[in-house]
Amino acid sequence: MPIHEQSLIRPENLTTHEEKIIDGIDVSGHWSTFIESRVVTDYNEQMEDEIAALPGGEFIHRCWQCGSCTNSCTVNAVNPEFNPRFWIYLIRMGIESELIRDKDIIWQCVSCNKCTYACPRDVYPEGVMKATSHWLELKGHTPQSPSAIFDEVCTDQIVDTGKIEDGRTLRRFMQKTGQSLLQDWIVAMIKQLVSHLPVSLLAKMGLSTLIAPRTSGWSGARRALKRYIEEQQTEQQMAVNPVVAGEEKH
Amino acid sequence: MPTDQKNYKKVAYYPGCALEGTGHAYNRSTKAVGKKLGLDLVEVDNWNCCGAMEVKNVDPKIQTYLSSRVMSITANEMDMDVVMAPCNGCYHNLKKAEYELANDKESAEVVERLSKEAGHETYKAGQVETIHALDWIKHTIGEDGLRERVKNSLSGMKIANYYGCMYTRPRHIFPEKDAGPGSESTYRPHFMDDLLEAAGAENVEFPLKTACCGGAHTLSDSDMSTKLVLNILRAAEESDAEVIATECPTCHTGLEMHQIRAEKTLGVKTSVKILYFTQLLGLALGLKPRKVGIQENISSSTDFLKEKGLA
Ligand code: SF4
Ligand code: SF4
Repeated sequence: MPIHEQSLIRPENLTTHEEKIIDGIDVSGHWSTFIESRVVTDYNEQMEDEIAALPGGEFIHRCWQCGSCTNSCTVNAVNPEFNPRFWIYLIRMGIESELIRDKDIIWQCVSCNKCTYACPRDVYPEGVMKATSHWLELKGHTPQSPSAIFDEVCTDQIVDTGKIEDGRTLRRFMQKTGQSLLQDWIVAMIKQLVSHLPVSLLAKMGLSTLIAPRTSGWSGARRALKRYIEEQQTEQQMAVNPVVAGEEKH
Repeated sequence: MPTDQKNYKKVAYYPGCALEGTGHAYNRSTKAVGKKLGLDLVEVDNWNCCGAMEVKNVDPKIQTYLSSRVMSITANEMDMDVVMAPCNGCYHNLKKAEYELANDKESAEVVERLSKEAGHETYKAGQVETIHALDWIKHTIGEDGLRERVKNSLSGMKIANYYGCMYTRPRHIFPEKDAGPGSESTYRPHFMDDLLEAAGAENVEFPLKTACCGGAHTLSDSDMSTKLVLNILRAAEESDAEVIATECPTCHTGLEMHQIRAEKTLGVKTSVKILYFTQLLGLALGLKPRKVGIQENISSSTDFLKEKGLA
């Protein structure tokens, strides 16, 4: 029963009255629950196109609302509010204000691709989730999510050196998100690791956090990637918000 | 068996970044098992990161380029046509790049442009076949070959085989899977089960073989990852498993990290052991624990292995 997984009626819009008479008719109590109507006036007719213009969002138009994505979703099983099917519906209808109610959880998609596996229409819902969280940031609805910060830390490192080094990634991410490296579970983990790790390997790992491993002959790739990324970022900003991006450029 | 079976006895080896860092034990055990089995691994020259799980969120075409560079070196500089990647993430990304380059003109154009600017030959779809460490052992030595070579049977060891997300999803990037008898299944993968069973282990019925460990958000949404990992650890224990066998450094480290984190933050202790399938195979083939990097794992399984007569 996938399609019933999200009610459009919100608890705060349901009212019952202890004692109420309308036009001489008694409408008190539970049997006469009222659903307050809600009026959506701010349809954003561009929303679907804007999200479709971002990487991953290309096939959103194929969705036929079967709900298989939500039904199979890893994060939905932990948090029922996480609902790809419903968000795709809102985006295609252009109901921006409703989508924004969930702005702080959309980035939590763990890219497990269970939805992609289940989707009968090749919407690639995983990509749509990424495009949507990207869109929320580009529009200024949310600050950069921890996940987006992590993506950036890793990508910068790869573009720069050709490789990722775990220790540096951890340090930079914690620093950028203002978290302590001394959380008790991290300390416990490192203690446990060090307690039985051979000294030679320990030294090697320590060294690689200081001197990052590099791909040799990488400088050409670095230059090419930097140039390409800059171009893409301008293009994406233009697709979502042509006016602002245009002004910034001049 | 793949239809156009290439010879996997000598393949290009793409360890990837994780195997030089937290996944070191996987690197060591993969190489040790290969050597023991008489298989030849030639490391890809000057390899770079495949794009991990993060680059695609910035731009999927950059990930395609990064993975294509690895395949370009394999084909054009090393003149080899099979690359083996033990990390699910690397394996997945190379497969995905292959699919994109064969099916998406725009990706192919971007890759051509970036390869030219970077100064190396452009990879063309079809030049290289990417395989996983599981395919490699399964298709060279196979179950029968393993059975003949087992020195210390894993008999009496109950194992939950954990494959994770990237090895089976999305289906379209794995055309050789779900291809009839003998092929791997994306719904119920079994290659690791097959190999470990040949090594004597008892595989338990484990429902979360392809569940997600939250690896993509292991640091950026740790609470979510801890919950997802805990599901996996508990399901394994409830299935009566003593060990979870892994085939990916991200899954493996995620399970180890969040096993500790679950204990520290949620007060839930689980004691199931976490070992790479290559470590288990190596032990069965008679390699010493040190040779397969048992002491490099975060979680300690030395006592357990002693109990089983393997250490
Ligand atoms: S990829 Fe994201 S949206 Fe899809 S099932 Fe996994 S968590 Fe849910
Ligand atoms: S994205 Fe696919 S699975 Fe999800 S509701 Fe739409 S058609 Fe169904």
